[in-house]
Amino acid sequence: MFESLNEKLESIFKKLKGKGLLKEEDIEVALKEIRLALLEADVNFKVVKDFVQKIKEKATGKEVLESLTPGQQVIKIVNEELCELLGKTSSRIHLSPNPPTIIMMVGLHGSGKTTTAAKLARVFKKEGRRPMLVAADLQRPAAIDQLVTLGSQIDVPVYFSKDVKDPLTLCTESVKKSRIEARDVLILDTAGRLHIDDTLMTELKKIKESVLPKEVLLVADAMTGQDAVNIAKNFEEQIGIDGIILTKMDGDARGGAALSIVAITRKPIKFIGVGEKIEMLEPFYPERIASRILGMGDVLSFIEKAQKSFDQKEAEKLQKAIMDETFTFDDLKDQLLKMRNMGPLENMLNMIPGFNKIKNLNIDEREFVKVEAIINSMTGKERKDHNIINGSRRKRIASGSGTTAADVNRVIKQYIEIKKMLKMFKGKKGFKLPKFLPF
Amino acid sequence: MGFFTKLKEGLTKTRKNLVERVESIITGRKIDEKTLEELEEILITSDVGTKATSEIISVLREKAKNGAIYNTESLKDLLKTKMVTILGHPQPIVVNGNKPFVILTVGVNGVGKTTTIGKLANRFRSQGLSVILAAGDTFRAAGIEQLEIWAKRADSQLLKHEKGSDPAAVAFDAVAAAKSKGIDVVIIDTAGRLHTKSNLMEELKKVRRTIEKVMPDAPQETLLVVDATTGQNAVRQAELFNETIGVTGIALTKLDGTAKGGIVFAIKKGLDIPVKLIGVGEGIDDLRDFDPNEFVEALFS
Repeated sequence: MFESLNEKLESIFKKLKGKGLLKEEDIEVALKEIRLALLEADVNFKVVKDFVQKIKEKATGKEVLESLTPGQQVIKIVNEELCELLGKTSSRIHLSPNPPTIIMMVGLHGSGKTTTAAKLARVFKKEGRRPMLVAADLQRPAAIDQLVTLGSQIDVPVYFSKDVKDPLTLCTESVKKSRIEARDVLILDTAGRLHIDDTLMTELKKIKESVLPKEVLLVADAMTGQDAVNIAKNFEEQIGIDGIILTKMDGDARGGAALSIVAITRKPIKFIGVGEKIEMLEPFYPERIASRILGMGDVLSFIEKAQKSFDQKEAEKLQKAIMDETFTFDDLKDQLLKMRNMGPLENMLNMIPGFNKIKNLNIDEREFVKVEAIINSMTGKERKDHNIINGSRRKRIASGSGTTAADVNRVIKQYIEIKKMLKMFKGKKGFKLPKFLPF
Repeated sequence: MGFFTKLKEGLTKTRKNLVERVESIITGRKIDEKTLEELEEILITSDVGTKATSEIISVLREKAKNGAIYNTESLKDLLKTKMVTILGHPQPIVVNGNKPFVILTVGVNGVGKTTTIGKLANRFRSQGLSVILAAGDTFRAAGIEQLEIWAKRADSQLLKHEKGSDPAAVAFDAVAAAKSKGIDVVIIDTAGRLHTKSNLMEELKKVRRTIEKVMPDAPQETLLVVDATTGQNAVRQAELFNETIGVTGIALTKLDGTAKGGIVFAIKKGLDIPVKLIGVGEGIDDLRDFDPNEFVEALFS
């Protein structure tokens, strides 16, 4: 998408050869494309309208920077503006001076409140606090069971009652209980409800007025379309929210709802949910969502994860190995391991621009396990010099790693190709090795 | 309450937003380029999608040029006709052929798969059909328990394994049991999964293959459950689920909110997958056959 938006903008600006000022009529055409890109990303129509207007004002008359093409210049402005809108406020969860800090999760059905409540409890527990979860969703069948199961997974107590039928009573009692047990964070998982259901919204309001939570968090699905504005507006107007948690960000939705919700409520996004597993809750970084909305891929997250996994020292070691042409199977294994440490490869690839466009991209993680096993079954000598691996060695490696001779051949072939590729890098003038290798 | 009233009630907000705005634009005004642009905006706001919207608009523009549209009424009629045409004929789920009739239910997380299954089971039961529900969501905490409660409500049998067991095995046993007991309908629940997770999509393929082993012409129906609040990503969902296991119909849930459900146009337009069911409320009876005429009529009446 970014490529196509970028390409479109480039072609629009082609006639604007060289440097100069961005003129209104030139920008007008570009803005149409930007508008379309934002709409396709599910940013609400009205939000898009205001946003595009702002871009127009900012871009008109601006000098095109020497280093950028006019198209890039416009994208830069768009990106900056998106970031500003998305991330004006700090996104910490505020703790109450008098414990417990009460956090109330609200949202539509199926937005991910229960899972997120447990994820959040885990975050507090890791910080050394004593959280408690409250199963206040008395509507959905088995919602209590779900929270109890999740609670036991992270060893956080869950307050629930199968007799109490009124969430308000349950919530007020849970506060008392948390005081007795000296819990410092209390997370209320409320039932999913429609933002236009007056009865249920009133119920939520009553709970809020009675337990006085420090934070009310709206849990919203990243895949939400144009309706995100109505949902956010109703929850903000009727209940009043302090922040947003955006869930299901591990899909390929462009997440325009984030922009709509923030624009309407002016409340910060505090966390994003990036997977079904309980540890998959991450802080929110505006610049990443901005690139995602524009379809630029989440390159920043990718780079950060890469940097975490590949430290400078090791990179230097690797560079030396390449320079000396001593890149061995051990080095290869090392690189593969680090790549796997970055998390599921699929999530990684989704962050790279263009990759999310490839349909049915099948990444078999087991393939990595295979390669690792094959390398592990090699002797030290074999790892340093693949030339000595003859037929009988191949057989031994194959049976040692539970693979076939054909698999072993393939790995050796890949290794040779990588070595060749590295040699080419070496030959390049002014080549600086990236911190990790894009195998 | 009749179906139409209920549907209309469920779609009241939609009607208010869409129709009032359409009317405010077209009453007493010349149908010019600006009108069309504003109509385009309304369709986009309803999640209709840029592709379907531009097709609708270009047809209207063509007609306006030819003088076929002379007032707001005829514009509205044309818009209606065009929208119904995109949606095609009603295609309800018909239980027929060899027993059992197997329905495989799939979708991303939180769209309302289990609830839809419960409502669907209830409907089949009220038609006098026997039903087995297969608790194939073995991943989610309490996924099995949730279906169990629905099975009780809908007076249906339940086939379950332990949490964390192989969903394909659950499906296999359910279809095999239905076959030997002469049960009419099997509805298989599956864990919600994002369409981008290839390993989970592979798992679905396996479920399907396994069902085919017990009964070659099953599943006769593969339902993709789509949340009406979803934006353009619903098209991607439909695309990938369809590529993986072949989707025969869509169940559009949560139409009782303010979401317009306009994605059905984009899905029908792009992939030609018909909407078969709509969820218009939380009650066990709030599942309806999708009728394009009534759907569009309810939007504009």
